[in-house]
Amino acid sequence: MGSSALLFQAPGALDLANQRRIWALARQVAGWPGIREAAPGMSNLLVIFEAQSCDPEALQARLLSIWSTVNDTPEAGRLVELPVIYGGELGDDLGLVADRAGMTPRETAQLHASTDYVVFAPGSSPGFGYLFGLDPRLFTPRKNEPVLRKQTGTIAIGGIQTSIGAAAGPSGWNAIGCLSEPLVPFDPHRDPPSVLYPGDRVRFRIEAIVA
Amino acid sequence: MIEIVQTPPLNSVQDLGRYGARHYGVGTSGAMDDVALSTGNLLLGNPAGAAGIEIQMFPFQVKFRSDVAMAITGADCRAELDGTLLPPWWSTNARAGQSLVLQAPATGARSYLTIAGGVDVPVVLGSRSTCLRIGYGGHRGRALEAGDRLVCGPDSQARQPQGGIGAEPPEAALAAAAADGAGDETVLRVVPAAEHDAFPAPSRCAFWQEAWTVSAQSNRMGFRLMGTPLHLDQPLEIRSSGIVPGIVQVPPSGQPIIQLRDANSAGGYPKIGVVIDADLWRLGQARPGAKLRFVSVTQQQAAEVQRETEAYLSQVAELARLCRREARR
Repeated sequence: MGSSALLFQAPGALDLANQRRIWALARQVAGWPGIREAAPGMSNLLVIFEAQSCDPEALQARLLSIWSTVNDTPEAGRLVELPVIYGGELGDDLGLVADRAGMTPRETAQLHASTDYVVFAPGSSPGFGYLFGLDPRLFTPRKNEPVLRKQTGTIAIGGIQTSIGAAAGPSGWNAIGCLSEPLVPFDPHRDPPSVLYPGDRVRFRIEAIVA
Repeated sequence: MIEIVQTPPLNSVQDLGRYGARHYGVGTSGAMDDVALSTGNLLLGNPAGAAGIEIQMFPFQVKFRSDVAMAITGADCRAELDGTLLPPWWSTNARAGQSLVLQAPATGARSYLTIAGGVDVPVVLGSRSTCLRIGYGGHRGRALEAGDRLVCGPDSQARQPQGGIGAEPPEAALAAAAADGAGDETVLRVVPAAEHDAFPAPSRCAFWQEAWTVSAQSNRMGFRLMGTPLHLDQPLEIRSSGIVPGIVQVPPSGQPIIQLRDANSAGGYPKIGVVIDADLWRLGQARPGAKLRFVSVTQQQAAEVQRETEAYLSQVAELARLCRREARR
């Protein structure tokens, strides 16, 4: 990952056991000398180091050797319930996702809201994060060209992942709904700054389904 | 204190970036031309990473409300202090009441105004940089506006010698990567990234051998490039990961995007390479329409370029220190 970062990609499936080990690895690596940041992704870890003081080959070797010994200690996450309006203007890809799954938009929304998701990693903008637990029937590839999302709180599907949009801006994910109550995803002056953290569980409550 | 008299949108307070808040999904922000910001600070005897003003829209005008030493670095913006033209890459003393006017540069994209003691805005999550995309840090989490008043840091008593101190511009001092390209191309050193080898040979050849044009959809978040589209033989399902400034992602359209200082902190598009940190300043000075060319380097070669950049900055700091000492005798 360039001149001052490495991307550690864990072998194996995207699952909770593997991800707990990623979180544990992140905590360990953050304390190593010469490390600026260690940020968990979806079964991977971005490690940013001081290029002057850290040898990337030695760091790579250390990451690989320690991975087998990292334990999957459970995180003490909270359960956060979020009300959602599925479909409508802010979830205009619900029909597309439903068609791919061979279901009606209503069935699609009910399936999406039927599981508790686990926050696996910080998102592309601060506040919510990437969620794990999407039913494989709802897997939908990202769009060819990102489209502009004008507000936060969009519930979307990108490939095998689902998330809540934390910032307005271009996104290649398929929007299937939005939070019915606006939430400020991130405020550095609030305690805690983010609505969701890795390890938290998210339950979507169907507020409405707009066909 | 300095007061902003005139500014178009998108000029902001920046330092060398925000590190240590990525577990929130917080990206780095920071100066697009980190070498120019550092050079300005070092001319003044500041730490390299003190906060300054990044000016990317012109004309820009400030009025000094107190005596303070200041420096102008980056793109040559024909800066005038009360009507007197200052040389580019120059630092001098401004007196209370004087006005500084910066005009749109003929080449380059961004100029930096640094002041002795640095711009003293609150530190948010370890940095004074403004994240324009989300709206925190810097001066009230936003771009500068006419009427804003910025306070100088506690060490603002430093004075430059009569006549001022200049620095050799990094484009003269720091060798660009050798390439066969035309003279007006910006050549960038790139370390291949995780999905590089997944691209078929024709796409890899196009990436490394052709010139890429910076599109009009380019800003502090990232540059969209125009050229021969790059395509995978079949789509890859990529798990989202943290990303860094300089990463070159290839969305399904095949037109690469270089993510920069205000980019998303994570993403899932295929990554073909990452522009090395020591060449990011060259991108910070590239305008829409500029031609880019990529050359492949290893992390070891990147570290060597980083050392050259550090040596250049140390030399600037040392010469400025000697000039100030000489002047005090």
